[in-house]
Amino acid sequence: MREFDYARADSPRQAVSTHGRSEQAAYLAGGTTLLDLVKIDIMRPDQVVDINRLDLNQIETLNDGRTRIGALVTNTALARDDRIKNEYAVLSEALLSGATTQLRNKATTAGNVMQRVRCPYFRDGVSSCNKREPGSGCAAIKGHNRSVHAVLGTSEQCIATHPSDMCVAMAAIGATVTVEGPDGQRDIGFLDFHLLPGDTPEREHALKPGELITHVTLDAPLENSRSGYLKLRDRASYQFALASSAVIVTLEGDTITNARVALGGVGTKPWRALEAEKALKGQKIGEASFTHAAGIAFKGATPYAHNAFKIPLGQQAIVRNLTTLTAQEDRRTS
Amino acid sequence: MSDHHNNEGLGVETFDARSPSRRRFLKTMGASSLAAATAPAWAQIAQAGQQQKEPVEPRDDGAPAEGEQQIQLTVNGVAHTLNVKPNAVLLDVLRDRLMLTGTKKGCDQGQCGACTLLVNDTAINSCLSLAVSHDGDEITTIEGLSQGDELHPVQVAFWAHDAYQCGYCTSGQIMSAVAILNDDNIGSDDASVREAMSGNICRCGAYKNILAAVQDARGKMEGAS
Repeated sequence: MREFDYARADSPRQAVSTHGRSEQAAYLAGGTTLLDLVKIDIMRPDQVVDINRLDLNQIETLNDGRTRIGALVTNTALARDDRIKNEYAVLSEALLSGATTQLRNKATTAGNVMQRVRCPYFRDGVSSCNKREPGSGCAAIKGHNRSVHAVLGTSEQCIATHPSDMCVAMAAIGATVTVEGPDGQRDIGFLDFHLLPGDTPEREHALKPGELITHVTLDAPLENSRSGYLKLRDRASYQFALASSAVIVTLEGDTITNARVALGGVGTKPWRALEAEKALKGQKIGEASFTHAAGIAFKGATPYAHNAFKIPLGQQAIVRNLTTLTAQEDRRTS
Repeated sequence: MSDHHNNEGLGVETFDARSPSRRRFLKTMGASSLAAATAPAWAQIAQAGQQQKEPVEPRDDGAPAEGEQQIQLTVNGVAHTLNVKPNAVLLDVLRDRLMLTGTKKGCDQGQCGACTLLVNDTAINSCLSLAVSHDGDEITTIEGLSQGDELHPVQVAFWAHDAYQCGYCTSGQIMSAVAILNDDNIGSDDASVREAMSGNICRCGAYKNILAAVQDARGKMEGAS
């Protein structure tokens, strides 16, 4: 692994001042993305600021009903938290569907938000990749683009999916990312945090140089809602999603009063399907309304040579998730 | 279980496919002298390792050189003061500096689980860990599981169930299994164990026996506590 300077920070402020605005500095939390990519020489920081000792390990319920998660809460700890399991089941399920026991023990909330793409052409260090080397082209568009390539939000510059499951659940729940940076603290809406590739696939998020995520705050849970995460993949465990859905729904009798739908494995960012949600509201539960909404979620989808199957698969991920959730009689609100 | 015998010398049940007379002969001869005379080089090295009874001596590197950081690692109960470069990986420091080579380097990318060990009782991939980040931590490796000659119940179970072929993933499998069996949040059914162990890849495909070993060890550990 290449050499770098190392500093351990004791406070967010100190971390930010050590990091400065350098594009060549990197914050180190769990290390499951950063150290992996440094080892294969894709990320090349000249300074690593270790934030593992910062006091950002709490999960707190705020007075307004929101839940504030410290940046360093591990994926394991977040998935197991009773409030998360009870009020944000979709998030707990999404976390547990990702990676492995060992990786979840290390990986943090903020680090998961900052996860990099799994496109093999990004990771191999030699293929054309606009994300790794802007202007070099995208080998995936005409290459092997089956498993970790998107059909939604793609551009002519990049088609890599965002790999996180956790972020898909957060997109459905609604959340705010709090950051501290050289210019102070600010909040970024979760749906604004990850950027579409467009013409600048090397820009993956809304952070300015030197900004450090300190918290992710979940919106208050929808009252009397039920939620779930459905992940479809090539093998039963330890695999990135081919398609996944995070669904939150509230019912009155057999009528959907509110719905949140987000998709993973199919989009270049954690994909909130707002139009599909609108289509579900006020509808009777059942295959017809679910299928209709699922179709709307993939309107405008762009299939590539090997991943066209993701459109029907993603639609099925929505329909099946909704079917399962609305079949849970004991959790009906009416 | 009629083909399993208690091997007094190791305190574990081992599979003995040899005839009783051959077994008696081995015991009379003393296994080590026979092995030294007939075993291939790799087996003699493995045996020499097994005969080493002394725990790893505490190591103290003294003052760090420029560009190094001084850290304290307590590994298997022994406190070491080490000087490491910032980019030194925990796995490499354990293997190359402390000579604790039981923890294996497989993919070196956090994908295979061969490097799994416990940091403050939590299982992690040591290949994706900087040693400097673990200053002050308590680390348990495969070498730290046994109590003297007495193997950990999970080690005994892996042996009894032949839960390996080439053995390269085994120490990582065992460390994951120990963590899982000590974790009340992970279900005890086979499906939960398979899911919780999915970060440990076995290229030989010994999964069936690994699962059997973990579940067998569960019974023994519950009985012991």
